[in-house]
Amino acid sequence: MREHYDVLVVGAGPAGLAAAQAAASRGARVGLLDAQPRAGGQVWRHDVRLPAPRAARRAIDKLQGVEVLVRHSVVAAEPTALRVETPQDSRLLSFGALVLATGARELLLPFPGWTLPGVTGAGGLQALAKQGWPVAGKRVVIAGSGPLLLAAADTLRKHGAQVLGIFEQASADAVRSFAWQLRQWPARAWQAAGLRLRLAGVPYRFGSFVREAVGDDAVRGVEIETPRGVQHVECDLLAAGYGLVPNTELASLLGCALDDADTHPRVQVDSLLRTSVANVHAAGESCGIGGLAVARIEGAMAGLMAIGDTAAASAWMPQRDRERRFDALLARHFTLDPRLRTLADDQTPVCRCEDVRLGALAGFGDARAAKLATRCGMGACQGRICGAALAELGRFPRGAARPPVFPARLATLAGLATLPSDAYRGS
Amino acid sequence: MSAVVRLVVNGHPVEVPAGASVAAAVAQVTLRFRRSVDGAPRAPLCGMGVCFECRVQVDGVAHVRACMTPASEGMQVVADA
Repeated sequence: MREHYDVLVVGAGPAGLAAAQAAASRGARVGLLDAQPRAGGQVWRHDVRLPAPRAARRAIDKLQGVEVLVRHSVVAAEPTALRVETPQDSRLLSFGALVLATGARELLLPFPGWTLPGVTGAGGLQALAKQGWPVAGKRVVIAGSGPLLLAAADTLRKHGAQVLGIFEQASADAVRSFAWQLRQWPARAWQAAGLRLRLAGVPYRFGSFVREAVGDDAVRGVEIETPRGVQHVECDLLAAGYGLVPNTELASLLGCALDDADTHPRVQVDSLLRTSVANVHAAGESCGIGGLAVARIEGAMAGLMAIGDTAAASAWMPQRDRERRFDALLARHFTLDPRLRTLADDQTPVCRCEDVRLGALAGFGDARAAKLATRCGMGACQGRICGAALAELGRFPRGAARPPVFPARLATLAGLATLPSDAYRGS
Repeated sequence: MSAVVRLVVNGHPVEVPAGASVAAAVAQVTLRFRRSVDGAPRAPLCGMGVCFECRVQVDGVAHVRACMTPASEGMQVVADA
């Protein structure tokens, strides 16, 4: 089954929602794809117990003339079509223009005990709680880096969790300087102030990180390195995330150039959000971690570009440039402490899918060689977790994406025009 | 849609709020979602469909990501299958 859309938008978070709305407002046939069961993405993820923020409700409810295709995972790409898999079947969706709004995922770093049940990402536990995961009355330690830790703490407390503390690896000076610089973005400063106020009773510690999680069948406690020595904290859940990394797999599959100047690649776009591939645009976190505001602006821009309205898209440029300046501020103040790269020992599993331990990777200089010899990155997540972690640890950069970009059913693969081995021979 | 969904996890009846994920239902019964290659217990890590640590069996279908799947009435879920 092949269907045609003037514009296909991949990812129904704030950027994708804005893109779809902008494109549909001029009468284009627009499809908005997301692998999740509801639109909203991560930051606007539906909460089973709490009402959605007003902006999220507006963006989702006001969508008009957009076909929202939830539980649609893109598994492969052709020059003008995407092969998607749904829980029931597989479809080929062709497009005139494409907007990639694939967002970001958490950077999750290995440390002894990180594979224990009850150890999650920080945004990870926040997402799980919104899905109805039972956290009420649970003692939770939140650790890692970045403003997301506060947002996670806030959500978890609203769901009844007892947040024992937020352990930020960045120094107190760095976080103070970040808060001071935030005044250039008043909306963000207000939001941060509100969060801090709501979290007034929760210890927020700096220069501190989890060096080990302990437990047998599940986490029972954590060892936290602090400026005043090691502290042991008993807990039921550990939520540890070290910031975000752009999701670039689909862009890579489409042949879009990636900017890999930093440890984690991002989709390369020009000032009008055009990727290196004609008719493919990208918006939001996949182009660099900058937060909600820039995602919404870029989404609108990319949606307008996708229907050829360059003039209207250009009008957003000054605002977009201003918001994008936040990226550097974030990256500079939450730079990871080099000690975080030394926590995993030889026995720590790094590739969680295949149980490849860090010690097994000694001597490998690239992801492909390591994969062929050890199966590292060969499992179901396809290196999304270990690939980013190993890049952060300074071992080797992530390998290139190959189809299918998510595990797919055989019936889906049978529908591919070219087999992965043909399309990627020699890569 | 009723406010509560009833399903079965490893033989135990479970209730979750409408719209909740299978992961939320499994967590009421066990944190042992799957067993790793080396036999270690594993549970959700990323909460957003990326890590595949939450794979369980849903209505006879193996390797379903629990965090991406809405719980539905009468669903039969087997964790650590």
